Amino acid sequence: MSNRRRQNYSAFSLFTQGMSHHKHWQKAWRSPEPRSHYDVIIVGAGGHGLATAFYLAAEHGITNVAVLEKGWLGGGNTGRNTTIVRSNYLQTESSDLYDKSLQLWEGLSQHVNYNNMFSQRGVYNLAHTPGDVRTTLRRVNANRLNGIDAEYHTPADIRANIPYINTSPDARYPILGGSFQPRAGVARHDAVAWGLARAADERGVDIIQDCEVTGINRDGSRVTGVETTRGTINAPKVGVVVAGHCSVLAEMAGLKLPIESHPLQACVSEPVKPVLNTVVMSNQVHGYCSQSDKGELVMGAGIDSYAGYGQRGSPRVIENFLAAIKEMFPIFSRMRMLRQWGGVVDVAPDASPILSKTDIQGLYFNCGWGTGGFKATPGSGWVFAHTIAKDEPHPINAPFSLERFVTGRLVDEHGAAAVAH
Amino acid sequence: MLEIKCPWCGPRDESEFAYGGEAHINRPDPETSDDLAWAHYLYFRDNVQGLHAERWNHAYGCRRWFNAVRDTVNYRFHAVYEIGEDPPVEVAK
Ligand SMILES: Cc1cc2nc3c(=O)[nH]c(=O)nc-3n(C[C@H](O)[C@H](O)[C@H](O)COP(=O)(O)OP(=O)(O)OC[C@H]3O[C@@H](n4cnc5c(N)ncnc54)[C@H](O)[C@@H]3O)c2cc1C
Ligand SMILES: [Zn+2]
Repeated sequence: MSNRRRQNYSAFSLFTQGMSHHKHWQKAWRSPEPRSHYDVIIVGAGGHGLATAFYLAAEHGITNVAVLEKGWLGGGNTGRNTTIVRSNYLQTESSDLYDKSLQLWEGLSQHVNYNNMFSQRGVYNLAHTPGDVRTTLRRVNANRLNGIDAEYHTPADIRANIPYINTSPDARYPILGGSFQPRAGVARHDAVAWGLARAADERGVDIIQDCEVTGINRDGSRVTGVETTRGTINAPKVGVVVAGHCSVLAEMAGLKLPIESHPLQACVSEPVKPVLNTVVMSNQVHGYCSQSDKGELVMGAGIDSYAGYGQRGSPRVIENFLAAIKEMFPIFSRMRMLRQWGGVVDVAPDASPILSKTDIQGLYFNCGWGTGGFKATPGSGWVFAHTIAKDEPHPINAPFSLERFVTGRLVDEHGAAAVAH
Repeated sequence: MLEIKCPWCGPRDESEFAYGGEAHINRPDPETSDDLAWAHYLYFRDNVQGLHAERWNHAYGCRRWFNAVRDTVNYRFHAVYEIGEDPPVEVAK
């Protein structure tokens, strides 16, 4: 497959296209018919699947690749998340993985020639109890030892940055301090998917939407391809990157995963003028908030407790996190909510992802990101492409194998990771 | 908000309940089981898309545990039954 040179996006091309009323832009990607054979099939065109395909082509020269998507690309959790990107995880294994990703974010718009509006506006993780303060300090110190930019902020520091946050000692959830990661921030989720799709397509990858995988074919202990709603497609390597649906795909291959799928909800307010220039998260009260470039306040919380594939959850979760946010930001009490939605997130017992080979030769799983995989989109694709290309994990994702659940070497990020996301 | 029928208290709001995960997972004998069987007991789940047998606790009511069969796609409850009983309707897988 030869490269398909695309129009370069630049201020100049924007100007010249504007001269002809933007009627002559090329399509950002093709919509090819599936071929009967590929070197690699990726199941799932979310950010992680598209990033995997992009890095297979860009880093490993493997371009005979299909990405199969049952709906539309970016329509899963990638297009439903609240876009927080950070790398201040407690364990060394995690900070290696998430910071690799953060480093890739820092050059991603340039690399794919598509502005994903990555904005390093910093992320706060607040502490509300003496116990919270201790775990926060521990995490800040662990981060610094691992070379991650982490700062501990006192209530006065926080108030200096966000003057209207409720740091009163009488607050229902008093703010006793918090961690701050300056390099963290947010990105435009759809643009991430679209940019990676365009860059993968340009390098020869076939992105096939409206193509649901319904079976995984194998010859003994080797994978041979997949059954889809658009016919059989063969490949000696299949990478499954379907987030909340990973157990459904595992079942097709006769495997079982240490995953539970849960609803995770979020909402946005009506747009207002710039008011919040950073991201504020709180573990203890289960709420977080940032402001999008459109001006909406973007808010979310933890998962609904029950298992669910319905892409929706219960109103009581929304009520709880809105109450918490209102308490922390009394200034937001009269904001009206514009939209609310849910995704299906794949929760692992140690709140860490699975980027792993399986007992079936040529079958790889990338899942378990749960409530916090958007931040890992480029890093996940980068290590997973390596795993598929070389048929062995990169040292960064070696600790995130399926075997860890049998050996007991979990990468425990519960609590310490500062809630979800 | 789900309405959940506690077998002892009748229908109540979801907010009175705590979810207990997949039901009917038997603990292997730790003396004789191997690491793989133990890992499956601790961590591996069917995680079905469809009718799912699961445990609930009426935490802010009678505080008793029970089982339910619920559709994980539309969240509708198909049955509630006592701990130790088999699911009264067929579950996925
Ligand atoms: C409300 C919400 C808020 C979140 N907030 C954050 C946040 O602030 N920061 C953060 O880091 N993370 C966050 N996350 C988590 C993050 O969205 C996910 O971890 C990440 O986007 C997963 O990307 P993915 O590409 O693996 O999955 P997805 O984007 O879900 O892509 C998987 C794709 O697989 C497709 N698929 C499924 N089954 C099949 C099949 N049988 N055949 C073909 N295709 C199939 C789906 O249609 C889907 O498009 C949030 C998630 C939600 C739901
Ligand atoms: Zn009861």
